[in-house]
Amino acid sequence: MFIIDCPWCGQRDQSEFTAHGEAYIARPRQPGQLSDEEWGDYVFFRKNTKGIHYERWVHSHGCRRWFNVVRDTVTDRIHATCKPGEPRPGVKE
Amino acid sequence: MNRYSIFSLIRNAIRYHQDWQQSWRSPTPKKKYDVVIVGGGGHGLATAYYLAAECGISNVAVIEKGWLGGGNTGRNTTIVRSNYLWDESAAIYEHAMKLWEGLSQTLNYNVMFSQRGLLHLAHSVHDLQEIGRRGHAIHLNGIDSEFLTPSQVKQMVPFINLDCRYPVMGALLQKRGGTARHDAVAWGYARAADAAGVDIIQNCEVTGFRQQGNVIQGVETSQGFIAAGKVGCVVAGHCSVLAEMAGFRLPVESFPLQALVSEPVKPILDCVVMSGSIHAYISQSDKGELVIGAGSDAYNSYSQRGGFDVIEETVGPVLELYPVFSRMKMLRQWGGIVDVTIDRSPLISKTPVENLFFNCGWGTGGFKATPGSGHVFAHSIARGEMHPIAAPFSIDRFNSGALIDEGAAAAVAH
Repeated sequence: MFIIDCPWCGQRDQSEFTAHGEAYIARPRQPGQLSDEEWGDYVFFRKNTKGIHYERWVHSHGCRRWFNVVRDTVTDRIHATCKPGEPRPGVKE
Repeated sequence: MNRYSIFSLIRNAIRYHQDWQQSWRSPTPKKKYDVVIVGGGGHGLATAYYLAAECGISNVAVIEKGWLGGGNTGRNTTIVRSNYLWDESAAIYEHAMKLWEGLSQTLNYNVMFSQRGLLHLAHSVHDLQEIGRRGHAIHLNGIDSEFLTPSQVKQMVPFINLDCRYPVMGALLQKRGGTARHDAVAWGYARAADAAGVDIIQNCEVTGFRQQGNVIQGVETSQGFIAAGKVGCVVAGHCSVLAEMAGFRLPVESFPLQALVSEPVKPILDCVVMSGSIHAYISQSDKGELVIGAGSDAYNSYSQRGGFDVIEETVGPVLELYPVFSRMKMLRQWGGIVDVTIDRSPLISKTPVENLFFNCGWGTGGFKATPGSGHVFAHSIARGEMHPIAAPFSIDRFNSGALIDEGAAAAVAH
């Protein structure tokens, strides 16, 4: 359990949010051209990083808007949050 | 290996229990093994045991980064059942159930397997329809299950509150379901595997895989390189990390799953009661503690601890259903990391690397499958071809679309 800094609402309890997995996965540009392997890879296979992880969250019980979070999955420490479309944040150690 | 029996107990009692033999050796690793199993939990030790005992391959090492059974084998709620919806799941979990039923005799080690019965509560019309569908599917697979009315539930659990915020409208009972002592399962398999010639190497972390072309050569470990003809990875909580070392990704995400136990009390609950829709499941250990399985946190994490809100969401419904427990004190709470696939079914599979096999992704419910999982995985490694029961659980199913969707079928409670 931790505090998340929503880019729109500020700091709120994590229980207001829902996580939606790995961020920055590009949607296929030509879905009709994809093989079964490429589709399976896009839909189901994930990095599942141990360490610095880029992921998407929604402020479900707040503004209901999506944003990206950089979190260390070992310590649950959040390094940065940003709105969609903003450049991918770097990580301060 | 000295056999355990009433006579060995008496003999050792006379000698003030000074002469019990060590249950397994702690050998230094050899340069090369026919098979190296990565992961000394229940599934890994079972795999090693069946390789040596049934497949004629005893030049086997089990490599464990911590101590035996120190991961999810030591963190689960010890529940055993085989009442799954889909044929593929029913086959593997029932295979495990049949092995459970003779396991203490097979291993000459009391795993305290107790078929005390397992109730799955229904709280809504939808739940009733779900257990109806699943109960009939289970019957078609030749597995026992019975439908209970609320008054029959009350007979089994007299202190349950049927008419609460989560009214009990019926239940599915598997009489052969129950619990087993989780540590004893790891120790029993370790002792029997060791006796059959398997080297069990603890405090030895795998740091990489050595490959030549596309073929596995062995594992790099904290105790040096160990060559291996074949490698089987049987890890929970870190299968993605190992897969990354070997150069591929898995359809897996890792979450913290929590459980908690109360102070020990006199016997009150003599069966397992679970409820998928409100995620409260509870049993009483032989020591007298109430064992409560909580939900998982819904975000990726390797932290081995979960949020307090999850505990509250679990304990709330438990107290609604069993007001008698309201003054119980909780002794311990902990988290384990569960590797969850999108269809909530495990991966027992070959991998893109030749002679490297994975058995992982058991999600929130791997303990019950321990003997069956180890058995089919051992036969798959020995033959180089997947055992028929293991074959549907290939990683390829995420490309072919042949998912085994227990996520929808068994709700969240595994």
